[in-house]
Amino acid sequence: MERIQKKQSKIIRTINRYYFLFQELVKRDFKQKYKRTVLGMFWSVLSPLLSLLVMKVVFSNFFGRNTPHYTIYLFAGNIVMSYYREATNSGMNSLYANRKILSKINIPKYLFLFSKNVSAFINFMLTIVVFFVFCIFDHIHFGIHMFALIYPIICVAMLSIGVGMILSALYIFFRDTQYLYSVFLMLLHYVSAIFYRVDSFSPKVQKLFLLNPVYVMIKYIRLVVIDGQIPSLAYHGLCAFYALFFLIIGFIIYKTQNHKFIFYM
Amino acid sequence: MAVIDCNHVSIRYITGDFKSIGLKEYVMRKLTRNFKVKEFWADRDITFQLEKGDMLGIIGSNGAGKSTLLKAVTGIMLPAEGSVQTKGSIAALLELSSGFDDQMTVQENAYLRGAMLGYTREFMDQMYPEIIKFAELEDFQDYTFKQLSSGMKSRLAFSIACLVEPDILILDEVLSVGDGAFRRKSGDKMREILDSGITGILVSHIVGQVRELCNKILWLDHGKQIAFTDETDLYLDAYEEFLHTKKLPKNREDVLLLADAFHVRTAKERQEKEKKEMERLEQILEEGKKETAMDAAISIIRKNNPDLLDEDKVNEYLRGDSK
Repeated sequence: MERIQKKQSKIIRTINRYYFLFQELVKRDFKQKYKRTVLGMFWSVLSPLLSLLVMKVVFSNFFGRNTPHYTIYLFAGNIVMSYYREATNSGMNSLYANRKILSKINIPKYLFLFSKNVSAFINFMLTIVVFFVFCIFDHIHFGIHMFALIYPIICVAMLSIGVGMILSALYIFFRDTQYLYSVFLMLLHYVSAIFYRVDSFSPKVQKLFLLNPVYVMIKYIRLVVIDGQIPSLAYHGLCAFYALFFLIIGFIIYKTQNHKFIFYM
Repeated sequence: MAVIDCNHVSIRYITGDFKSIGLKEYVMRKLTRNFKVKEFWADRDITFQLEKGDMLGIIGSNGAGKSTLLKAVTGIMLPAEGSVQTKGSIAALLELSSGFDDQMTVQENAYLRGAMLGYTREFMDQMYPEIIKFAELEDFQDYTFKQLSSGMKSRLAFSIACLVEPDILILDEVLSVGDGAFRRKSGDKMREILDSGITGILVSHIVGQVRELCNKILWLDHGKQIAFTDETDLYLDAYEEFLHTKKLPKNREDVLLLADAFHVRTAKERQEKEKKEMERLEQILEEGKKETAMDAAISIIRKNNPDLLDEDKVNEYLRGDSK
């Protein structure tokens, strides 16, 4: 018990010590992203809107007819997926891109990953705001139940950090992780029921969808926003399980492989 | 307790072709049992202790394991065997200008670097004007890093790093920064820091620098520890002779022999140099105007071998000359 407390206070001290560095890293990531573009931050809102538009035009005739609030349905899937994609992709790169610094100065490596995740998360929040604007236009009922959305948002953020940690470590060891992961992302995109409904599948197959953490998060948001209901306790448990599972695996990898990274940088 | 305690430290690199093969190939080779790694010991059984105020110079030719050892001291690498214990904060000034961001301005980069070195924001706010002044970059603060020359970059890096007030300072080939004037300034600053009683480690290929700054020497060769000693002059002499002859000393006697050889060689070289210089001067005189040459010749002979001269005749010559 005492040892755990000691460890906790050590982590807090580390965070205090590196808080300034963390702020500066987030600033740097933000500037790297937006400095050279005229559209700047506006683009990060515009880009999901454009892909939403394309999907809406293409799929409305196939899937839109019997789906109420199809635009919102699409939108919910899209923003979660694009946040997950951006956070994990930039997280994967975070260690390797900073290898020069990491092989010279002894600073916690996860800071670089967290800062990338923070800037992806801020983007996500911006698109969420636009999402709500769309909800208003689509006559979605706003009630106190909307606060439940905080839960899947936190879960998907934790999930992205965890997966990002695993990927960034893999990417240090194996440079082709990038290509394999982009193929995987495409697959994930198609099995996350972003533009179609799962009702048409048999109940067995519908259960299989729950193996996909991203789909689980998307479904939560849709249930709250479109159907106006809060998922069951078990469903909350599932979300938490995925978030913690990947986060813990990520932490374990960092903890055990921390000193091996340097040989591959 | 010592400030730095390196106890039988060995550091192992894992090499082999697996670095570039990627995940697919890795899995395939694992499956076909074709996967092999090689080990490479960058440092083997290194032991030394530094007390507060010590300045250690690590010497050795390329690939001796100097930089790797520093990585173990800063905690970036874990030794495969042995242990490194350090007391207090460590600041490492390694290869100054890497790790800056090209897209950001001088000010932004300065803050980022300061943060990496473990300063607080308040400290940076307070020191920033001084940093810029020392780096002589007052007029370039809003330039992006892309627009700076490499000399300017390393000047900034040095100036930020200079403000560190750590317990342990590690310098890896960093004492030669910028142009002549700045180099002098940075050298002075570095000496001032070292004089303030911190513990330091210096890696440098310039033996003169080590001779001037260090009171202890760690001599490495291909990862092996040749010597750890406070007889800096003796061992640096031997080291310089080693650089010349490539003969490693096996024991203290060898070191003494090497140092002696070094003294003999340098004395000989100095003599030769002087002789050459003399010959050159004499040649100039011979080819010069006759009178001055004669005067010079006479004074040289007077100095070196006065018996050869018939003083009366010389005086007559000189008198006749002055007429």
